[in-house]
Amino acid sequence: MTVVYLQHVNTKLALHSLRDGRGSDRALLFLHGLGERTPASVPAYLDAWAGPVWGLDFTGHGASAVPAGGGYTAEILMADVDHALAHIGEATVFGRGLGAYIALLIAGGRPGLVTGAILDDGPGLAGGGPSPTSPVAVRPVKAAAEQGADPITPDGYALVELGRDVRPADYATLYVRQALQFSGLDGPISVVGVVRPPWLTAVAEETGVVSSTLPEALARYAQIERVEPPQV
Amino acid sequence: MLQPADAPPPAPTRANAGDLAYPGARRPDRFRRVDAAGVSLAVWEWGDADAPPVLFAHGGFDFAGTYDTLAPLVADAGFRVVSWDQRGHGDSSHAELYSWEADLRDALAVLDSTGARSLPVVGHSKGGALMLQLADAQPHRVSHLVNLDGLPSARSWPDVPEHHRTRMLNGELSGWLDHRRKAATKVRRPGTIEELADRRRLMNARLSQEWLRYLVPIGAFQRPDGWRWKIDPSMRMGGFGPWRPEWSMARLPSLGMPVLCVLGLEPDSMGWGTLQEDIEANLPAGARFVPLEGIGHFVHIEQPEVIASLILETIG
Repeated sequence: MTVVYLQHVNTKLALHSLRDGRGSDRALLFLHGLGERTPASVPAYLDAWAGPVWGLDFTGHGASAVPAGGGYTAEILMADVDHALAHIGEATVFGRGLGAYIALLIAGGRPGLVTGAILDDGPGLAGGGPSPTSPVAVRPVKAAAEQGADPITPDGYALVELGRDVRPADYATLYVRQALQFSGLDGPISVVGVVRPPWLTAVAEETGVVSSTLPEALARYAQIERVEPPQV
Repeated sequence: MLQPADAPPPAPTRANAGDLAYPGARRPDRFRRVDAAGVSLAVWEWGDADAPPVLFAHGGFDFAGTYDTLAPLVADAGFRVVSWDQRGHGDSSHAELYSWEADLRDALAVLDSTGARSLPVVGHSKGGALMLQLADAQPHRVSHLVNLDGLPSARSWPDVPEHHRTRMLNGELSGWLDHRRKAATKVRRPGTIEELADRRRLMNARLSQEWLRYLVPIGAFQRPDGWRWKIDPSMRMGGFGPWRPEWSMARLPSLGMPVLCVLGLEPDSMGWGTLQEDIEANLPAGARFVPLEGIGHFVHIEQPEVIASLILETIG
């Protein structure tokens, strides 16, 4: 495994090359769940992928930098992924939990660069639910073991803020429509997980979203011949 | 991140304001810094250091110095006005990340630094909506709430057909992502004081050129090639996200402390376009609502005496 460090405005992101391609150029980008990091090697459930496999540590996670004083949003993590795509080029994006939500956002945000988003179960899938709850002003306290010169990941602010961000169903479906209208793909989003928080229930019901097994989704996106997306 | 070594010197206080002047304006008496979990916040105070504190929160793309005409009027009535430059604004450090939740925690760090358990809070525009959320989240820290044109109204947003909305969002998303890709190396454009005042006019169309010129040596810094606004160049107007204005308004009816809401009725480029009836329908019991004819979004800059009187009637 090799690591490339990318500069996202004032923060540093770790993009891991997990495996070179084995007969295909179509890249797969792995997005971890909330509080997780990119695994050390390609997970067995993704082993069938013949192209290169990459994994991105989100801001405040894994080997990526920890910002001062939090301020995390799902949209900033979408921009993290966009920086990874700027390095890798066009890719199929697989996301676990929080990574599944971010995979949906980037599929809508960069429809020309995402050849299919695969949404799986994992930590941080639900976020803070579909509407605001009672407001809190949480200031995480670091455990003694985490109080040192070097910030330790995952960042406590990331755990709090990305576990509470509001994910309205009609906001999530906007990104499905972006992906469907501008990607040029028939089924740009695949839902392969079991758990369906409100945003994902709504996404799964949209035109252009396929509910399938993970092996089916991987096989489907691996064989897509990407045509130029329609000009916007 | 704490303030970098190459950060420009902070804006002047009253003691070293030199010939910086505008009718009725007075620079803060004191400047200090608060470390908000590693983000260095510039905190400004007007009035007697031993007087009871009141917290002022500025609007988006502003800085504490935009209270230079209102704050002295409240300070001279016997208060210690404490304001701060929000992260990325004015003389506070440019943070790696920006969010509503982070601004709320920063506000609490400044509140803590006043030594008060509970105090009156005043906020304009974004600062008003932020103080509304602070009052809802931590009612034991807020004795009175004054909201100056900081109540977004759901019905004021344009209703566009679905296919238009999809296309608009496509442009917004790719434009914002493109901006993030380039923002690491972005610096603000230099110019003369007059040029920076002209640029600010786009956001402050109803305010005088004299006032906009006055703000430049406070909110901008000078290098050999000219003045630049201090605000973090990675920040961008507009944007998108799951937030919707009615979520903010829905916090208003819950409040139990004395509340004053002021609304400027003249259309303004930075305003929310809030409807009077939306505020009236959400006022908590006993709250006071003052709509002002002939005044735009920057109520405290257009009519500081009127606003100071209303604030003092509420918190005095």
